Amino acid sequence: MSSSAAAISRWTGDEMQKRVSRRYRAERRFRFFGFAAIGVSIAFLAFLLITMAWQGLGGFTRTEAKLTIDFPRSDLFIEEATLRGPEAQQAVASAGLEGVIEQAAFAQFGEGADEMFGGASARTLGEKLIADPKLLGQKAELWIPLSSKADVAARSDGDPALERLVAKADTQRVFNSEFMTASDATDPSVVGVWGALKGSFLTILVTMALAFPIGVLAAVYLEEFAPRNRWTDIIEVSINNLAAVPSIIFGLLGLAVFLNFMHLPRSAPLVGGLTLALMTMPVIVIAGRNAIKSVPPSIRDAALGVGASKMQVVFHHVLPLALPGILTGTIIGMARALGETAPLLMIGMRAFIASPPQGITEPASVLPVQIFLWSDEVDRGFVEKTSAAIIVLLVFMLLMNGLAIYLRNKFERRW
Amino acid sequence: MTLSIALVAVLVVAAAAGFFARQRAKALRAGGGRLNSLPNYHGFYVALWAILPALLLLAIWNPVQTSLVEQAVLSSPTGQTLPDFDLARETILTEAREIAAGEREAGFNPESSELAPIYADATSRYAAIGGGIALVFALLGALLSMRRVGVDFRARTGVERWVMVLLVAASLIAILTTLGIVLSLLFESLLFFQKVPLTEFLFGTTWSPQTAIRADQAGSSGAFGSIPLFWGTAFIGAIIAMIVAIPLGLMSAIFLTQYSPPQLRSWLKPLLEILAGIPTVVYGYFAALTVAPVIRDFGISIGISSASSESALAAGLVMGIMIIPFVSSMADDSIAAVPQAMRDGSLALGATKSETIKKVVLPAALPGVVGGVLLAVSRAIGETMIVVMAAGLAANMTINPFESVTTVTTQIVQLLTGDQEFDSAKTLAAFALGLLLFLITLVLNLIALRVVRKYREAYE
Repeated sequence: MSSSAAAISRWTGDEMQKRVSRRYRAERRFRFFGFAAIGVSIAFLAFLLITMAWQGLGGFTRTEAKLTIDFPRSDLFIEEATLRGPEAQQAVASAGLEGVIEQAAFAQFGEGADEMFGGASARTLGEKLIADPKLLGQKAELWIPLSSKADVAARSDGDPALERLVAKADTQRVFNSEFMTASDATDPSVVGVWGALKGSFLTILVTMALAFPIGVLAAVYLEEFAPRNRWTDIIEVSINNLAAVPSIIFGLLGLAVFLNFMHLPRSAPLVGGLTLALMTMPVIVIAGRNAIKSVPPSIRDAALGVGASKMQVVFHHVLPLALPGILTGTIIGMARALGETAPLLMIGMRAFIASPPQGITEPASVLPVQIFLWSDEVDRGFVEKTSAAIIVLLVFMLLMNGLAIYLRNKFERRW
Repeated sequence: MTLSIALVAVLVVAAAAGFFARQRAKALRAGGGRLNSLPNYHGFYVALWAILPALLLLAIWNPVQTSLVEQAVLSSPTGQTLPDFDLARETILTEAREIAAGEREAGFNPESSELAPIYADATSRYAAIGGGIALVFALLGALLSMRRVGVDFRARTGVERWVMVLLVAASLIAILTTLGIVLSLLFESLLFFQKVPLTEFLFGTTWSPQTAIRADQAGSSGAFGSIPLFWGTAFIGAIIAMIVAIPLGLMSAIFLTQYSPPQLRSWLKPLLEILAGIPTVVYGYFAALTVAPVIRDFGISIGISSASSESALAAGLVMGIMIIPFVSSMADDSIAAVPQAMRDGSLALGATKSETIKKVVLPAALPGVVGGVLLAVSRAIGETMIVVMAAGLAANMTINPFESVTTVTTQIVQLLTGDQEFDSAKTLAAFALGLLLFLITLVLNLIALRVVRKYREAYE
């Protein structure tokens, strides 16, 4: 009797209670640490995205100021008829509109106003003139975009003298559609991502055209046909290892083999695509093997049972069923290739390229490299352009990953 | 150029032959014959025989043609006047090739402009020969295989044999890539080690490739010691990044697998994976522009006057964040692989959940976690953009995280993105660094994969 009472008191005694509550406290603490760890990670993600959005949204807009230009009294030599003709673009480009704007700015805002307007201003004025040649005979009030220095000053963040000048002007902030249609330039007010975006598309196209078929065929071979021997082992080890090789090593390979040995053109999407294809292929092979593995053997047995050959089983039945899984893996691999920078730096894709590439053998830039190059610029105007380009890149990544998730949810089958 | 015309011609021949063969097989069937294989297979069989041998020939011919053209150019009267010195000759030949291909207007060397027409001539001559042979191959293949089209012919087996060849070839590309990496790195590295002794590269403690301007001077200048680079790499990638990534990743995985309600988990896990999907250039920009100034100011405020705006801490911190989802998903897998019976046994003895995790689940999952961490380290030390943008260029051997260190990948990018001759010790050093980096990550990966696999087998 007494021994059982002692046992009960051992379980309910003060000391025991204390111990239990201490253990429960440790439990709660541990749980909290877990929650905090994931909280910190996600808070960092949110911080990064918000910082980028905060800095970058400015890159999609620009400040325009109302400028009065007296065309008849300016020294602009340009005929109204030329502006209506086919050579209007050239005529405008060589007419010296910068000077006209400078004069008008000087007249309107006084000393130092020539710094207020830059490359984008002349381009916009030219477009306005072509759109409405009658302007040439008038004294017109036009909305002209500011130079990038003045743009920074307009948000009270730049040169004080320029800030005072800009404060005198009548300004508005508008959406800068040219950011999506222009290419790289030295003046941040006229840069755009279209050239880099096109380069990225071409590069990814080459990557896709090479890595997808090769990756799928290799996956089919390894999963369905490969005999268990040393060769197969070597292939498997090299694929698993290639998937983990640092991307910069692929850049070195591209430099040594495609450029120095095969003499393919430098900084071309062709070479970039080839290099990225070698990098992406193992990812596709691994995803493809998993997808093929998940097709149940009964499908194969049924097809073999009605007389299909081994090839027909694979290509008529297994592969179509595994395709959604393979596509998901491929898209994720392509998204990674789209964001890859280091190997492309190695094969010379860091040159300054001011016009979008016309083909896969022409010099091109890609979006991540463009971001890298802009981030190196000293000009303050490039900061928000870099962040804006990052937003464009992230949107594309998001779209591709979203597509992959959608495909997986729509077509994934549990057998 | 002519070779691509030949390629198109081969494709046209193959398509036509395939179509023709299919029609013939169809005609046989319409005539009352009972075909062994479907007409489509006859068509494919003929087309494949027309395409593949010709393509293979073109693929082999392409590099052969380059050297043939070079020989033809060198044996021409102008070519024989070229300097014997290899490098200068190479430069002139390269220029001549680029002028001939229309890639540039004129070369720096006057000889190249003279050689360009000879180059263009030789190229078109040899391309015509190669293209002609390829076309003959295509026609021969088409004709010979066409003769076999008949009622009893097993076209499907023939096609499947070709497809099998394609499958094997596709999977051999992985080996070829690995081989290509090893050989190209090894080849350039050997050239480098002729200029700089291996021992100095491996054990030297000063790195300043800028001083070695002349190739004959490099060996004695002592500028290519890679120890500081590897220290910087390890400091950022294996120490600072892991101090961030291991606890956060591991605790995230524990929370997601053991505590989180499924609903919450289905939200948190994809969010965490977004971190892994963000391009590294974005992390680099963020580290350089947002994190680095904060860390420098913090360093100065706690009295470290040497705090650099390219501190190891900024790069390592951001890299650690980038690695979190990687560590977390590896830990997730290995925790999930621990048999439920072990967990139940511990809980039944009265252990709390956290005690079960700490004393039973984690020790059981440890090999998998360690393997995952090794893979994470290998990924961190090979990471390029974050360190290129956020870490410095000065090769310091310091344990002060507020100071600037440089890494292997940063130096590779630095060495290869200037305008210098390809054979200088500076450029070759990049390949030697690449080789060493490749070997280190290879060993890490192999150990990690082995550890993970062995451990999986133990519980299955």
